[in-house]
Amino acid sequence: MELRALTKHYSTHHAVNGISLALERGEFFSLIGPSGCGKTTTLRLIAGFETPTAGEILLNGKSVAGMKPYQRNVSTVFQNYALFPHLPVSRNVAFGLERRGRSSSSAIADKVRNVLALVRLEGKEDRLPNQISGGERQRAALARSLVLEPDVLLLDEPLSALDPKLRKQVRSELKSLQRRVGITFLFITHDQEEALSLSDRMAVMNHGKIEQAGSPKEIYQRPKSRFAAEFLGEVNWIGGAGIRPESVRISRDGPADAARCFSATVTGSTYLGNCVHVQMRLADGASCIAQVPQREFHREASGAVHIWWNATDELPPIEE
Amino acid sequence: MRRLRITFLTPAALVTLALFAIPMGIVVAYSLLSRGAYGGVVLPWTLDNYSRVFDPLYGQIVWRSLWIAAVSTLLCLVLGFPIALYIARAQRRRALLLNLVMLPFWTSFLIRTYAWMFLLRDTGLVNSALESLHLIRNPLPLLFNDGAVILGLVYGYLPFMVLPLYATLEKLDPALIDAAQDLGATPWVTLWKIVVPLSRSGMLAGGLLVFIPCLGAYLTPDLLGGGKSVMVGNLVQNQFTTARDWPFGSAVSLLLMAAVLLLVLRILGRREQTLL
Amino acid sequence: MKRFLSVYAAGIYAFLYLPLFVLAVFSFNSSKFAVWRGFTWHWYLDCFHSQALIEATAHSLIIAICATVFSTVIGTLAGYSLWKRRLPWLTNSLYLTLLTPEIVTGISLLAFFQWIFRFLHWHLGLHTVILAHISFSLAYVVIVILARLRTFDPALEEAALDLGANEWQVFRYVTVPNLLPGIAAAALLCFTVSFDDYVITSLVAGVDSETLPMVIYAMARKGVNPMVNALSAMITFGLGALILLAGRFQKEESA
Repeated sequence: MELRALTKHYSTHHAVNGISLALERGEFFSLIGPSGCGKTTTLRLIAGFETPTAGEILLNGKSVAGMKPYQRNVSTVFQNYALFPHLPVSRNVAFGLERRGRSSSSAIADKVRNVLALVRLEGKEDRLPNQISGGERQRAALARSLVLEPDVLLLDEPLSALDPKLRKQVRSELKSLQRRVGITFLFITHDQEEALSLSDRMAVMNHGKIEQAGSPKEIYQRPKSRFAAEFLGEVNWIGGAGIRPESVRISRDGPADAARCFSATVTGSTYLGNCVHVQMRLADGASCIAQVPQREFHREASGAVHIWWNATDELPPIEE
Repeated sequence: MRRLRITFLTPAALVTLALFAIPMGIVVAYSLLSRGAYGGVVLPWTLDNYSRVFDPLYGQIVWRSLWIAAVSTLLCLVLGFPIALYIARAQRRRALLLNLVMLPFWTSFLIRTYAWMFLLRDTGLVNSALESLHLIRNPLPLLFNDGAVILGLVYGYLPFMVLPLYATLEKLDPALIDAAQDLGATPWVTLWKIVVPLSRSGMLAGGLLVFIPCLGAYLTPDLLGGGKSVMVGNLVQNQFTTARDWPFGSAVSLLLMAAVLLLVLRILGRREQTLL
Repeated sequence: MKRFLSVYAAGIYAFLYLPLFVLAVFSFNSSKFAVWRGFTWHWYLDCFHSQALIEATAHSLIIAICATVFSTVIGTLAGYSLWKRRLPWLTNSLYLTLLTPEIVTGISLLAFFQWIFRFLHWHLGLHTVILAHISFSLAYVVIVILARLRTFDPALEEAALDLGANEWQVFRYVTVPNLLPGIAAAALLCFTVSFDDYVITSLVAGVDSETLPMVIYAMARKGVNPMVNALSAMITFGLGALILLAGRFQKEESA
């Protein structure tokens, strides 16, 4: 799928401002950004619920301009699943196939059974959506879209309605599912952890534009803008360079070769379970955070300390 | 989608056009024409029908309609507010209590009006009971007067007042009442200074829903008022049946509608809310 | 305060129900007047033996059913379209039909029918009553349906479109099934309003299309007649039971 200079203007604001992307078949692609950045609008443009003001959307090389949602071979998993409350799970999943009218009822029943086994919902076929759990509803919505074998599966923050514990588990299931079926996933989220862990490639969006696109590692380690750098994780900007908290080392006295070493005063620490965030203030008044593994954190790391890091851990200079 | 929407809307548009707009247009036309010899309408065009309405003869009817409608609305408000409050405050079974108030509305308006005929007529229950208890010797003329009409209207339209009042009172944040009492207000003071002012929109909605049908009432003054308590609705009906003065009847109808519309627009314009 | 409200509430409920209750009780009174003389089914039997009454009831039922079917269908389709894209002129016209006093609606339709009958050579009859009833009940249906649609999740329609259903299929397979309680409520409202109507019906009905309210009205005007009591009791309890049943059914649905 390709987006070319896709633009959507509303009378009050510009939601999407000329974005261009190319998705490979079978890849897991995430679109990440803060609320209001235009990622949901982009999804809706691809699905066909909105018409672009300018630009093109190409699927398998052909433009989908003018095609209604039911004419496009893309399928959406909605944020709150939008399962039809009056139909049992099996009828929900069969809905798209029945509308196509191409297969016999037994063929449809087979496909439904297979996809429900794929998402591990066997035994729940006859339940109504309000009779199954949140996680099961999510899988049912997934099954309903997957069974149609779309060219692209669009997922609109599918994990946000689940509680945190469940989210991590479902996340890995989602990844392995995608690998199994080999369908291109376009995954929308505002959670950087999700995007980083799930994607083959991803794009960071802000104010309707794409700040940067590439592999998770690429964007995290070599962000091309301050926004991209700060959105995917925390950054300390010290002496003109950007350093992530996990790369900052603390000790009472600096290292022997004090190339990138600064003196600082510890102002506080936050215990996060597996690590500790140490807040410090530098000589010039700037603040800095270091992430220290739990076992390395000593109560004595207080008062005057030195911070330092390796040159290789620095973020490449950003031209803005 | 557009084609589907147009298909869906066409029947309703046709019904509204053919069975509302055009009939109304005809009434407007008739109101400006003259009365035919055997009923019906003939030329010439004239404004006489409208000026006739301001005749003192008919002025009495208009005045009576306004007065009866106003009193009925006020009574509905006074009687309806406590029950709406009661239901809104009820801990359990609110839906049931509300339905019990609305249930009579769902049965026949005609029957509910007739019930008061049965109770109030000379040979009716009230008089018979009073006579058998030897409290009176001759039946009291309870029926066929303005009071009976008001009673019938209040009885008929009380649910229309209770429903919007309940809707507003139910949305009232109980914390406000607690706060008032915390600051030293007695329940009575809280009622008048907090609850009543905050339920103004409900009172307005209920008032409108009662006043408008009361103004144009026909059945209640007809059955409970006899010929003694003629309201605008009766006047109109009379012009279209016995009196056969369709132009005049049309003019009165349009003025009635204009009054209703003016009232609604004035009140809705001020508050900018959808009542329905 | 609470005690006062409870007592007052009981009083209001009594006020609302006693007249109807009294009416029902005296429908069994063997005397025509309001003094109790003895129990009898006499008046009820008279009702069932009255040809005029049976015919009138049949007329009322036919009219109510026809008007309900047409109004509900037309109103549901219109309400759905108005939910999708507002059309002020139609919505305001419908509100206007509600605000119009019944007597005015009645005479306007009478004038209209008399006018077009000059060209069509028709007479007033059941069909004119049905048309009149559709005209004034349409707004009720649209309001009920619009209220229901306000709580309908638009994502459901989008999901259906996304899965391959065209707009008509979305309406038929997803929207309508979820709208059924609202449609049923609207139909019930239509039916009761139509069955009970006197003012408009009396103006546009022909000589041989008398409805039940028209007969009751004539009897009530003539004077004392316990048959009216019997009819009242039957109608009140009949409609009341229907409403309660509908309410119970709706509660089961949402459970």
